[in-house]
This record gives sequence, structure tokens and C-alpha cells, in this order.
Amino acid sequence: MRAIIVGCGRTGAGIAEALVGSGHEVTIIDVSSTAFRRLRPDFAGSAIRGDGTDGDVLRRAGTQGADLFFALTEGDNRNVLAAQLARDVFAVKRVVAKINDPVRAEAYTSLGLNCICRTAMMVDALKRFLGMEGDPHAQRVWETIGERDKAKVTEAS
Amino acid sequence: MFIMVVGAGRVGYYLTKELLASGHEVVLIEKDPGRAAQVSADLGSIVINRDGCEGRDLESAGANRADVVVAVTGDDEDNLVICQMAKHHFNVPRTIARVDNPKNGELFRELGVSDVISATRNALAAIEQDIPMHDLLHLAQLQHGDIEVIEAQITEESPAVGQVARQLSLPDGCILFALIRGDVLEVIRSDTVLRPGDKVVALSRTDCQDDVQRLLIGDSPGQAVEA
Repeated sequence: MRAIIVGCGRTGAGIAEALVGSGHEVTIIDVSSTAFRRLRPDFAGSAIRGDGTDGDVLRRAGTQGADLFFALTEGDNRNVLAAQLARDVFAVKRVVAKINDPVRAEAYTSLGLNCICRTAMMVDALKRFLGMEGDPHAQRVWETIGERDKAKVTEAS
Repeated sequence: MFIMVVGAGRVGYYLTKELLASGHEVVLIEKDPGRAAQVSADLGSIVINRDGCEGRDLESAGANRADVVVAVTGDDEDNLVICQMAKHHFNVPRTIARVDNPKNGELFRELGVSDVISATRNALAAIEQDIPMHDLLHLAQLQHGDIEVIEAQITEESPAVGQVARQLSLPDGCILFALIRGDVLEVIRSDTVLRPGDKVVALSRTDCQDDVQRLLIGDSPGQAVEA
């Protein structure tokens, strides 16, 4: 599989190395080249310095036709933009955006974007630690029905 | 109209002032407390110190009853999210986003933003007007960008030279209506013959501009500047 990852934070670097370790082709993008220090020196994927919300940068990174796209920067809105570029301009089938604001994550899930929400995950983990009832939804990627039509349905109703 | 402006930079500030002067109901949302305090000293209680990207903050500012949301922060991605949340979460009928990267314009419209404004693109258009162009010049957008007022400069090489303008086989979506010859604007008449140096002004659907360019300017190495 060919994967594009935007944002080389701990999560981005972690999943990049896991994918490379399983034999996949990985390109990771970050605005700061110092972020690539989080990767192991023998990292076998490509690391590209650039703005992952810029269509030209994504094109140069080979986003067109990629199998996987993860938007994992520290900015929810940057992830929203990068993920929609990947999905709508570069036709990547499996796209996930990290959105830490649960309200926005919920809204974009209903707009057809797969989202992962760290806030919901951590609140859920702490609740479980305290013996409170957890939310089975929280620890997963919030997957959409895979179509953008849901947004149109909401709009029409 | 109730208009919600998000982002109190210079654009948001002057926009709000103009809208208030025209008698509209306006709220201005700014997430930076310092900047919010600064503009509210001038504009008063219509300035709200909140994050326009946060669902709850938009709601408490009255997004549910806004007629228009205008997102003019300095970040394209924030403006996109503000407009998408307004449209899909709060059913705001009209959303307007500022974009700095002109290439985001088309994408934002596809993603549901009603109108996109781009100072970069406008500056580009202004520069193009002073430089001899081998491409169509995009003067103004109508119908949310589906139709444009365009200008084509006729050169010695262009295939339309010496031809009667009205007899060119233009696509259905294009009407030539005027030309600028030696700084004088003339209406195109049934016998107007095109000469080198003429600037032809036309209304054209965006999807037939390739044909228009080929007929009026000819095949050129450059491409029309994208929105």
C-alpha cells in the first residue's frame, strides 16, 4: 500500500514507522524539517518538507492515486482542509482526519469525512479508569457511510 | 440582514464598519482577546471574543439565524471550516470565504462555500491588465463563478484578425459585447472587423473558455490563470 501522512508529530511518526515496518510505501509531510527527528535515522520511507494543506505540495508528494491518507497535524482545520483535498482533488479512497474538537469531529463525520478524535478517546479512557461506563465509539476512527451524500440529505431535510 | 463576520483583522474590521453603515445587523467574532478588545473599543458590543471555528461559539453568537456568514481570518483552512460548519451545522444560506492561496478557490466552492474572495487573485488580475497577455483575462465573476466577464487581446498572430466579430463561430456560452480600440470602448456591431491590438470584452461560461481562447487568441503556450 502507498500511504501519505501529513504531520510528523508523535502520532504521525509512529504510524509512519508502523506502516514502513509492515512493508508499505510511506511519504510523510511536515512544515518543519526538525519534526523528522522523530523518525528513526534508518526510516525507509520518504520525508518531505512542505505545507500539507497546499495542493501543489500534496501533488508533488504523490497523493494522486495513494491508498491511504492521514491528516495528523496539530491543527484541526488544517487536517480538515488536507483531508478534503486528498478525498476530492486526489481521489484517495481511505482518508482519515484527526479532529480534536468533538463537535467538529462529529460534524465532519456526518459530512463524509473519517475522523479520529483524541479528546473523545482520552475522556473515554479516563471514564473507564474511574469505573464509569465507556463509549465504544470513542476509541475508534469515526467512519462515515463512505459517501458525501449524507450531507446533502441533511441539507434537503 | 443579519451578517456574521469571523476574523477581526483589517478586512473583517473595515467590512463590519461598512456593513453597519449600510444598516445591517452585524456581529464580529474574533478569537484573539487583545484584538477583540481593540476593535470593540471602536465597534462596541457587537464584537464577540470567541473562536469562530468552535461549534458552540458559533451557536452562542447566533449562527442559527444568520443570513450570511463571512469568514475573513488570515488562514484559508479556518475560513473553510467556519463556512462548512455554518452551512451544514447551522443551515446558514450563504457563506463567503476569503482565500489567500488562489488555488483553494475552486475547491472551496466545490466543498459548498457559496462565494470565495481572493485578494491574491484580484491583484493578479490587476497586474494582468497592464501586461500584454496571451491568455484570457478574467475581469469579474457572475453567478458564483459559472459565468465570467473576460477580455481577450487580439494580436497579429490571432486567428480572429481581419474577421467580422459577429461571424466568428463562438460556442453557445459566449457573447462578445464590446471592444477597446485605442482606449475607446466600442460596442461590437454587425460589421465590426477585429484588428491587432483590440481588446475584446465578452461574457462567457467558464466551461467554454478554452474554445473562446483558441478562436480569439490562438493556441498559446500559456494557460489561463486558474482561480
